[in-house]
Amino acid sequence: MESHRSLSAGEALYRVMVRIRAFENAAETASQGGVSAYGQQAGGAAKVRGPLHLSTGQEAVPAGVCAHLRTSDYLTSTHRGHGHTLAKGADLTRMMCELFGKATGFNGGKGGSMHIADFSVGMLGANGVVAAGLPIAVGAAHAQKLLKQGDDITVCFFGDGAINRGPFLEALNWARVYDLPVLFVCEDNRWSATTASGPMTAGDGASARAASMDIAATQVDGNDVFAVHDTAARLVAEVRSGAGPRLLHALTYRVKGHVSVDLAAYRDPAELAAALETDPIARARGHLLDTGVAAAALDAIENAARDEVDTALAVADAAPWPEASAAFTDVQTTGAGQWL
Amino acid sequence: MAVTTTLSYSEAAVRALQQEMDADPRVVVLGEDVGRGGIFGQYKGLQQQYGAGRVIDTPISEAAIMGAGVGMALAGLRPVVEMRVVDFALCGMDELVNQAAKNRFMFGGQGRVPLVARMPGGIWDASAAQHSQSLEAWFAHLPGVVVVSPSTPQDNHGLLRAALQCGDPVVYIEHKTLWGLRGEVDDTLVVPLGQAARVREGNALTLVSWSKQMQPCAAACDALAAEGIAVDLIDLRTLWPWDRETVLSSCARTGRLLVVHEAVQAAGFGAEIAASAAEATGCRVARLGAPRIPVGYAPLLEAQSRVGVDAIVAAAKKLAG
Repeated sequence: MESHRSLSAGEALYRVMVRIRAFENAAETASQGGVSAYGQQAGGAAKVRGPLHLSTGQEAVPAGVCAHLRTSDYLTSTHRGHGHTLAKGADLTRMMCELFGKATGFNGGKGGSMHIADFSVGMLGANGVVAAGLPIAVGAAHAQKLLKQGDDITVCFFGDGAINRGPFLEALNWARVYDLPVLFVCEDNRWSATTASGPMTAGDGASARAASMDIAATQVDGNDVFAVHDTAARLVAEVRSGAGPRLLHALTYRVKGHVSVDLAAYRDPAELAAALETDPIARARGHLLDTGVAAAALDAIENAARDEVDTALAVADAAPWPEASAAFTDVQTTGAGQWL
Repeated sequence: MAVTTTLSYSEAAVRALQQEMDADPRVVVLGEDVGRGGIFGQYKGLQQQYGAGRVIDTPISEAAIMGAGVGMALAGLRPVVEMRVVDFALCGMDELVNQAAKNRFMFGGQGRVPLVARMPGGIWDASAAQHSQSLEAWFAHLPGVVVVSPSTPQDNHGLLRAALQCGDPVVYIEHKTLWGLRGEVDDTLVVPLGQAARVREGNALTLVSWSKQMQPCAAACDALAAEGIAVDLIDLRTLWPWDRETVLSSCARTGRLLVVHEAVQAAGFGAEIAASAAEATGCRVARLGAPRIPVGYAPLLEAQSRVGVDAIVAAAKKLAG
C-alpha cells in the first residue's frame, strides 16, 4: 500500500476520505437485501448482513483528526465506526473480511461492522451502544497517564445523540477531574437514529456542555477537512502537552439513513439537498484543484481506492467462514468449556 | 511458610489486595470513598500505602467507574472496580454487561478485560429495597464473566487473589453483613476459582449454598445432626464456573439435593443447580430462597425475605423423609 508520506498533506487527507467513501459504498451495495426494521424488504443473500451504519458525508472528521495520531495513541469509536478505523490505519481488506463475517476479519467474524476494531493500530473498537465509548476512552487515557506512556493520547469519537446519555457527562467530568490526555470529538451529524437531534437536546449541544465542565471546546465546520485538520492539530498538541482534555465539536451531516437499509424517508429532502452541497470530498477536491493539484492526481487517488476496495471485496468473498468451534473461544478462560 | 492470623472478612480482602498490588504494579483500585478505606474498610490503608494514583477516589459515577475500568483493562491495567453495593452496580450495567463481558469475544480476542468488580450483595439490616438485593443469578447468566461470592475471611482472601490473577472480568460479591466476621487466614493460599468447599460430610442429603446463607445452613446441619440426619454441606464459593464435579458427585451419593440461597427463589441460581443435578444424577431436588418481593424496611417485613434455620431444617426433612 502506498504510504501517506508520499503525498502532500492535502492529498493524503483526500485519499483517506476517498478510501472511506469507497469502502462504505461497497459495503452498502454488499448489504442490499439485508433484513431491516426500517421498511426495506429482505431480499437476496446479502454479503454484509445485519445493521450497517454508514458515515457517508462525515469523512472529513476522522480524516482531519486521525492525521495527527500515532499508532500508539488510542481511539474509541461509535457504531458508525468504519471511517474512524480506516483513518487510524487499519487494513481495509481485513475490515471488509470482518464485515463479511469471515475468519480473516479483524475479529474473526465475531463482531462485524458494529464492532469493527484493530487493536494493533490502537483502535479499541466500535461500539453498539451510544455513548459507551466515552467512559472506556477516559479509562484508556487514565491508564496512559498512570503508565506514563510518553505523550500518547486517547481520542474518543461520539455522535450528537450521545450527549444526552449519562456516560457522556460522567466521562467528561472524569476527564477534567483527573486532567486526562483525551480528545473528545463530537461528530454532530444532526440525527439520533431516526429522530432529529435538535428538538431532543436542551441547550447548545456538545461544546456548551463541555464548557460547563471547564473543558475547552472548539466548533469547526466538520465538512471542511482542512479546517478539521488544522483545529485538531492544535487540540491534539494541547492534549499531548498535558493540558488536559479538549473537545472538538465538528458540525457535519449524516447523508444516509441510520442503517444502510434505512432510506430516511422521515427526513425533509431539502435538508439533504442542502447538505449535499457541502459534501466534504467534493469540497476538498475543489480546494485542491484551486491550489494547483492536478486533476489526474486526484483521479488516480480515486481509482486506486476503487481498485483497493474491489480487491477487498473479492478477498472477503473468497475468505473462509469461521469454524463453528470459534463461537466457543474468546469467551472467558476461567471455566472455559463449561458452557451448559 | 504458612502464616495463619485472625482477620476479619474485610481485613482479609485488604491483605489480598496488598499482596496483589505488591506483586503487580498494574493492579489499581478505583471507586467512591476508596481513599478513606471503602465504606466497609475493605480498602483500609491502601491509598496511604500505594498512593492516590493507584487507589483512585472517584466521583459518584458508576457508569464511568465501570467503563473506565474497562478502558484501563484494555490499555494494560488490572483494575479493581468498587461499586459500593450490588444495587448501585446497576448504574454501570451497560459497562459491565455489554462492554466488560463482551469485549474479548466481539473483538475476536484482540482485547482482554481483566477487571474485578466488587459489588457487596445481600440483605443489609434495615436498609430496605435498594440496598439489600442478591443479584448473583443475573451475573451468572452472563457469558464472559466469572462470579464469586465468598463466605469466610479465608475465602475472601484467597478468592480475591485468584480473581485478580485470572485475567477475566470477575463479578465479586462480598456480603454486606460479613465484613466484621473474623476467622483464621493463611495468607499464602490462593483459593482456586470454580472449586467448591465441602464444609460438612454426610450421606442423607446434599445441601448447597453460598455467602452469608452458609451460616443458617450450618446451624440447620447441627439441628439435623441432632436428629441423626447427616448432611453433605457444600459452599459453592464460585457461582460461575460452578463446581459441578463436587456437587454432582455428592448428589449421586446422597440422592437428594437442597439448594438454599438468600436471593429470590424464582429464576434464582438454585434453579440452575437443581436442574443440573436432576438431569445428571436423577436425584430428588428442592430449592429454598426468598419470596419474590422487594426487601422491606420494618423488621417484620425484612424477615419475610430471610431464609432462616427452621425453614431449612423443614425443607431438608421433607426432602430426606
